[in-house]
Amino acid sequence: MARVPVKQSRFGKYGGQYVPETLMPAILELEKVYARVRRDRSFQREFQDCLRQYVGRPTPLYFAKQLTRTLGGAKIYLKREDLCHTGAHKINNTVGQALLTKRMKKRRIIAETGAGQHGVAVATIAAMFGLEAEVYMGTEDMARQALNVFRMRLLGAKVIGVDAGSRTLKDAISEAMRDWTTNVRTTHYLLGSVLGAHPYPMMIRDFQSVIGRETRRQILSAEGTLPHSLVACVGGGSNSIGLFYPFIKDTRIKMVGVEAGGMGLASGKHAARFAGGVPGVLHGTMTYLLQDRHGQVNSTHSVSAGLDYPAVGPEHAMHHDSGRIQYTSATDQEALEAFDLLSREEGIIPALESAHAVAEVMKRAPKMKKNQILIMNLSGRGDKDVNQIAQMRGIQL
Amino acid sequence: MATHSNRITATFDRLRRQRKKALIPYLMAGDPSLADTEALVVALEKAGADLIEIGVPFSDPIADGPVIQKAAERALRQGTSLRGILRTVKSLRTKTQVPLILMAYYNTIMAMGEREFSHEAIQAGVDGVIIPDMPPEEADPLQQASADKGPCLIFLLAPTSTAARKAEVIKRTNGFIYYVSITGITGAKLQDKDSIRHNVRALQKKAGKPVAVGFGIATPDDARQIAAFSDGVIVGSALVRKIEELQHSPDLIHGISRFTASMKAALSGNGVD
Repeated sequence: MARVPVKQSRFGKYGGQYVPETLMPAILELEKVYARVRRDRSFQREFQDCLRQYVGRPTPLYFAKQLTRTLGGAKIYLKREDLCHTGAHKINNTVGQALLTKRMKKRRIIAETGAGQHGVAVATIAAMFGLEAEVYMGTEDMARQALNVFRMRLLGAKVIGVDAGSRTLKDAISEAMRDWTTNVRTTHYLLGSVLGAHPYPMMIRDFQSVIGRETRRQILSAEGTLPHSLVACVGGGSNSIGLFYPFIKDTRIKMVGVEAGGMGLASGKHAARFAGGVPGVLHGTMTYLLQDRHGQVNSTHSVSAGLDYPAVGPEHAMHHDSGRIQYTSATDQEALEAFDLLSREEGIIPALESAHAVAEVMKRAPKMKKNQILIMNLSGRGDKDVNQIAQMRGIQL
Repeated sequence: MATHSNRITATFDRLRRQRKKALIPYLMAGDPSLADTEALVVALEKAGADLIEIGVPFSDPIADGPVIQKAAERALRQGTSLRGILRTVKSLRTKTQVPLILMAYYNTIMAMGEREFSHEAIQAGVDGVIIPDMPPEEADPLQQASADKGPCLIFLLAPTSTAARKAEVIKRTNGFIYYVSITGITGAKLQDKDSIRHNVRALQKKAGKPVAVGFGIATPDDARQIAAFSDGVIVGSALVRKIEELQHSPDLIHGISRFTASMKAALSGNGVD
């Protein structure tokens, strides 16, 4: 019994299924059901229809003319995931998993959320599909993302504050896993990023790969050639792997994932797993983890709630070790400057998470040639962050 | 798989001959301090514990309810580490031969290294390990590292476990099978004892290994009812809550001894069933 999943559940040495026995049957059922629908045309058609009609796909691949001119190097394109319904790429995955939930005949979904974007996407899709939704959110995140908390409640979801540990995304996932353990027979855990036990990282990557597939088609049609580089921010890593995966075999294309550098790597207050982490096991998966030498998970810091997590998707861990994807980080300060730049140059207010990718573009594009193409995933819009930014600037809205 | 002729197996054999059931209290190492843990283990044995589970605190204990989560936070604030716990076990071995079982999340063991952990645990006098987030699918590295000379690996089964999973766990587990009484986390409310009895009896028939039941056993009455059809009962959150109440009290040891003795009395009441 144990042999087959052991081999298939891993990305190199990372991944796996480190969950309590109570959850294992549900994980294995999900694995089986997903393996079936992955090749099922009617499922895929329903998924694509929903992405087109409800999410608003395909999203544009936008040539950022002003930003290109200002930075004075590579031609910069933005993949506009911020234009998805609910304002971020998160909805792609929730559509896929909601369809799966229906096939598994479960009526209740639970989820964790950091910035609130995944929570809003879950609340939205639950309303649309007629499912009951409960969303776990750290109380620290609830304070900095009050707008999204209210949006979830408007949509009919129950938001449950988590007061344990660092009161952020990590603790919200732990609490959601405890709920799932208790209600596993009736409930699907709609995890929001390429984390957790197999098959979640693979399944969520598949659902998000629509980003990269569209991008490939769009850049070939616009430029007649593939890009030189791809840039995306990496929290759990779903928007980045969604963009990168359909290009992964094009080994000439550079891929850069941007982690949260917080107050700087030297300060220890960051969420740069590849800079400060070592392999470990958290929330069902083996991957790079910010931890002390005794295996206790460190608390993280980032101005952006969506990147504020001590582990990273196991597929990223594999690509880090092989060198296929390069990982770097942007500090809070750099992200805030990038946030301003994109807002003023292009009239696009990015999510603070995506602003980390913009910060990397600001460093990278000027060093590139004018005929080289750089594509950045603009994973979400920044409306949710406006209150927080105003507060940081001492402005009362 | 290793065949351990160790303290766990010997204890269950002795209890079976005496037609008695094992009382297995759980406490969190380092709560309120490792020195207290050492004194508590000795007191637990005196009060009638047959085996003792020692929790290794972890920052993100996904299988545990609020009582044990808070105990882990208290222990970590004291700077409790796996290495420190192994030193405590070593020191305990000069005072007691009661079987000691660690309950640890996988990351704390991985951080030390599976091989080093197996070696150090045996050197210290640890008899078994329970890892709530290590299902059989992920057990090979530790099982290979502990083959023949490591501590017993004790696996869990739950009400949701399928027949194929039960067979796999029966094959892999050493010492006993930890049957999780409820679909849920530690400290939740015990429900439907009839279905627990049904599942445990069916498991005993197939397993040929002792089956101990844990999660949600809070009162002497719970213990008595569950012991009627199992080989042992694990009392975790209820004891940890008691330790929390008494953590600053000079009555800590005495209070815990009394609580444990009340559980023991309940079990002895139906030793012959």
